[in-house]
Amino acid sequence: MLLQALAFYVFAAITVASGAMVVVSRNPVYSVLFLILAFFNAAALFVLIGAEFIAMILVIVYVGAVAVLFLFVVMMLDINLTELREGFLKYFPVGALIGVVLFAEMLLGLGIVGAGSTTIAGLNSHGAQVLAIDNTRAIGRVLYTQYFYLFQVAGVVLLVAMIGAIVLTLRTRPGVRRQKIGDQINRTKEQAMTVVKVPTRGGV
Amino acid sequence: MIIGLAHYLAVASVLFTLGILGIFLNRKNAIVILMCVELMLLAVNINLVAFSVFQGNVVGQVFAMLVLTVAAAEAAIGLAILVVYFRNRGTIEVEDINAMKG
Repeated sequence: MLLQALAFYVFAAITVASGAMVVVSRNPVYSVLFLILAFFNAAALFVLIGAEFIAMILVIVYVGAVAVLFLFVVMMLDINLTELREGFLKYFPVGALIGVVLFAEMLLGLGIVGAGSTTIAGLNSHGAQVLAIDNTRAIGRVLYTQYFYLFQVAGVVLLVAMIGAIVLTLRTRPGVRRQKIGDQINRTKEQAMTVVKVPTRGGV
Repeated sequence: MIIGLAHYLAVASVLFTLGILGIFLNRKNAIVILMCVELMLLAVNINLVAFSVFQGNVVGQVFAMLVLTVAAAEAAIGLAILVVYFRNRGTIEVEDINAMKG
């Protein structure tokens, strides 16, 4: 139990620290890398709590896909790094104020949870029965039966996002000559050739 | 020392606050704002999974997966919008995004 607590504190500290580094880092590439670190440690926290499936999905989706997407865009856009951080101090007071208020409210809510006004801590008997099988199997049993339509809707959301991203970024440049295979195949003999009657000794 | 629900909620709340703070502090780079939104969604996911595990109900993890899906879609669309915007204006500074006078 002590080892688990130690691991929790290590992973939580790295998650929070890299989350802070995402915010304050000067270079956006470093921000992306710290975001990856934060997600990786959050996945470790999920493994620690027994939610392996979500942890692996987090690693695959974020470290594998979203982080690469962010890195690609950060490196593709030619951003001037020196003037990126100019307004940092100007907006710090109001940002810090909102952050402190929000955090205090959440701590208040946490204190209410800890005071036991709601009975959510600890496993109930039903939960223990659910957790007797492993995590992935339990999720699959619910996801593919009770929440099947929700699962399909998630697929539709991804499809819409994919088509939307393609439509947004696709552009047709004027003046670029491309091979049009359809036009080439549809060319007929009448379009392609003309028979010229050449007079004798006259030339074309 | 038993790690309970409150520990996970504390981590999630700190992460969420960091995300909000990042959105307010970054007035120059819209990509970092998108990353902060991702951080906030991660905090939400930590909350969902923690409640799900400590209540013994697996539905929270199903919902966390849906949040992940929406977060990935949001990142793709947001970055596509940023690329188009950069192509048109040559900058992604947040203060310069005022074409709609909102």
